Amino acid sequence: MSKVRVLVGTRKGAFILTSDGRREKWDVNGPLFAGWELYHLKGSPLDPNRLYASQTSGWFGQVIQRSDDGGKTWHQPGTPPGEPTTGPDGTPKGESNKFVYDTSAETGKPLTTHQWYDGTQHPWQFKRVWHLEPSLTDPDTVYAGVEDAALFRSTDGGKNWHELPGLRGHGTGPKWQPGAGGMCLHTIILDPQDPGRIYIAISAAGAFRTDDGGKTWKPINRGLRSQYIPDPNAEIGHCVHHVAMHKSRPGVLFMQKHWDVMRSDNAGDSWQEVSGNLPTDFGFVIDVHAHEPQTIYVVPIKSDGEHYVHGGKLRVFRSRTGGNEWEALTKGLPQKDCYVNVLRDAMAVDSLDKCGIYFGTTGGQVYVSPDAGDSWAPIVRDLPAVLSVEVQTLP
Amino acid sequence: MIRVILPPHLRTLAKVDSEVKLQVEGQATQRSVLDALEAHYPMLRGTIRDHVTLQRRPFLRFFACEEDLTHEPPDAPLPEAVASGKEPFVVLGAIAGG
Repeated sequence: MSKVRVLVGTRKGAFILTSDGRREKWDVNGPLFAGWELYHLKGSPLDPNRLYASQTSGWFGQVIQRSDDGGKTWHQPGTPPGEPTTGPDGTPKGESNKFVYDTSAETGKPLTTHQWYDGTQHPWQFKRVWHLEPSLTDPDTVYAGVEDAALFRSTDGGKNWHELPGLRGHGTGPKWQPGAGGMCLHTIILDPQDPGRIYIAISAAGAFRTDDGGKTWKPINRGLRSQYIPDPNAEIGHCVHHVAMHKSRPGVLFMQKHWDVMRSDNAGDSWQEVSGNLPTDFGFVIDVHAHEPQTIYVVPIKSDGEHYVHGGKLRVFRSRTGGNEWEALTKGLPQKDCYVNVLRDAMAVDSLDKCGIYFGTTGGQVYVSPDAGDSWAPIVRDLPAVLSVEVQTLP
Repeated sequence: MIRVILPPHLRTLAKVDSEVKLQVEGQATQRSVLDALEAHYPMLRGTIRDHVTLQRRPFLRFFACEEDLTHEPPDAPLPEAVASGKEPFVVLGAIAGG
């Protein structure tokens, strides 16, 4: 029988939750990296035992962890403890925690300032890795979306990281600005049918696409409208919270913006709003059913000033029509006195026959629906605040 | 031998249970002690000082012999009691809890 492995990042460590295909009884392993913020963990689609984790701290900075045995053991890629940090020829060995912005003229003279909260220009300063996206074609290649916003890539299993400078260098960088959570590149989507195409999203700059493997980028924000910026229809400046895609239709994108749920049918070249009958269209997460590319899920949040669910009810909303027509999914979820949030990377779907949906809350609950959202049950109730949820479907 | 006490999270990261003992070449200074620490425990690179600028991370402080050495020049000699190993060099998180 197939199994599932759920990778949960929290404010105070990581947890790995495992179950068989029924998804009723769960083993909970953790906390791993106790006391650290685990912004994201994700496994390679080619080698499910290869996991990458972003371990971070306001005190101690960024650490990258890797497991090659499905999370049983972890190590920092690169130099083992006690070994020299340089090779016999003096070349530095891997420095897996080192994220340095590209400033070389040869790679496009990337911009070195962005817009600060008060409208002045501010230098880029690396803070943390928000999202790790393993390659679809090579377990040793993995992308990292970081704060301050930039895209990095490692091609040696996380030992060394290099920025893809074309993103920051393409011209709009001085207009990017931090959202409430910082200026983070939080979404990385690799096109399964076109190896040169990557989508990314930044709060608060917007969504971008490359069609040449990351050398050049274009903003893809036409149709987004944000009342909170001076020009609501600007090309740059939108606070995109998350973007999702179904692998069978890589040109169709779904977006949860700060406010508004959006859809694009042309790889982001234009967007239309599909918020429809949602009680509020503010939110963070959005995801797509594993087998039904028109079925999507969001968790509406009351407002940008009140980051908790609407009406004290934890409700997932499902649209089977790719947006506009939404139904509330409530069975098994608290329907009174609930004031949690679900953060942007904290929802995932498995690929079992009956698609499982997972999400984690800032109250420390991780819920599973083994029937595509019809009913829900908590896997765990009392973890630290959940930052991210990913799931692996294992043979 | 120079003795260094790390905050709990960095002890976990470096896989050490208690204080660290280091052989430091030349004069004992903040820089030479941290260089030796990072050479022996490369996973600590970037966690106490920035990878590139080698500036102290903003929420960390340095103490020894009941003195705050945080803002001392990185090449200033550490107290003799630290150099001789009688007292430890302490790396401390600036804010407890959180």
